[in-house]
Amino acid sequence: MSRNAKINTLLLLVVAALAVLPLALGLGDGKEEPFAGSDAQAERAITELEPDYKPWFSPLYEPPSGEIESALFALQAAIGAGVLAYYFGLRRGRRQGEARAVAAREAGVQADRDTARADESHGSEA
Amino acid sequence: MHIAEGYLPPLHAVAWGAASAPFVVHGVRALTREVRANPESTLLLGASGAFTFVLSALKLPSVTGSCSHPTGTGLGAILFRPPIMAVLGTITLLFQALLLAHGGLTTLGANVFSMAIAGPWAGFGTYWLLRRSGVPLMVAVFFGAFVADLSTYCVTSVQLALAFPDPSSGFLGALAKFGGIFAVTQIPLAVSEGLLTVLVMRLLTQSSKAELTRLGVAR
Repeated sequence: MSRNAKINTLLLLVVAALAVLPLALGLGDGKEEPFAGSDAQAERAITELEPDYKPWFSPLYEPPSGEIESALFALQAAIGAGVLAYYFGLRRGRRQGEARAVAAREAGVQADRDTARADESHGSEA
Repeated sequence: MHIAEGYLPPLHAVAWGAASAPFVVHGVRALTREVRANPESTLLLGASGAFTFVLSALKLPSVTGSCSHPTGTGLGAILFRPPIMAVLGTITLLFQALLLAHGGLTTLGANVFSMAIAGPWAGFGTYWLLRRSGVPLMVAVFFGAFVADLSTYCVTSVQLALAFPDPSSGFLGALAKFGGIFAVTQIPLAVSEGLLTVLVMRLLTQSSKAELTRLGVAR
């Protein structure tokens, strides 16, 4: 593995560790609802601070179940990951294409030189 | 960090909407100008928006025993400046408000202000100051993304504390309460976001050096 790839892998490993450690260490233990969303906790805090508060507007569309909601979240991540992958794939392809074109041009120049030299030596012989 | 639909009193909702609107309008102008002047930057703009899309869909467990997600706005703010990030962030928030019932239309102004305006500006400011003082690029990128992420959640805490002050300890008491829910949970996630932003920036310096030089990020 190149040095670059090693550093990139290490970065990903640290991110994965940061996500897994709270679970592995059981930091959600003893909570009513371990690892609930912080948005939902904020909603609860609001009702604690102001018990009379009623949300005055509701979402126009609400995913009918947790499954549909997670599907839509996965869709969001997939769209993002797809665009990112397209970008880096396209860049890589272009770079390889350019490198190949340069190599071909150089090879072409070399071939021309070889023919020219061959022609010269041929001419001097005659 | 999304304030849920209907969870801000109407007056606050309107005020945050009015505060955000000029930034988004200015951002749309900056975005069209950028695309017109450099059509080739459209791809990288798409990639920056995509980064926000992925990261804000990633709900991660944190040290407080609850889950939250990164914002992904530091990258776009560093690459294209905060005004353009205001637009990309708003698009992400609209997607989540309309399809996922995550965040909301009445709270869109407040959420745009924290995630698409305050976070990107704080992150970009940090990045810019660090670069100016001669800090290496990747270190500045890390702290820029870290601050963009964390400050978003701090602003959300302030927004909620303003709307729902504690009956006895007032604004500060409520701020401590919401900060405990949002900001503390967010610290390890902000570290993760910083590392992921560094990763993408490293890939960009390998694949798109010329583009980064044009944007003034790399030399």
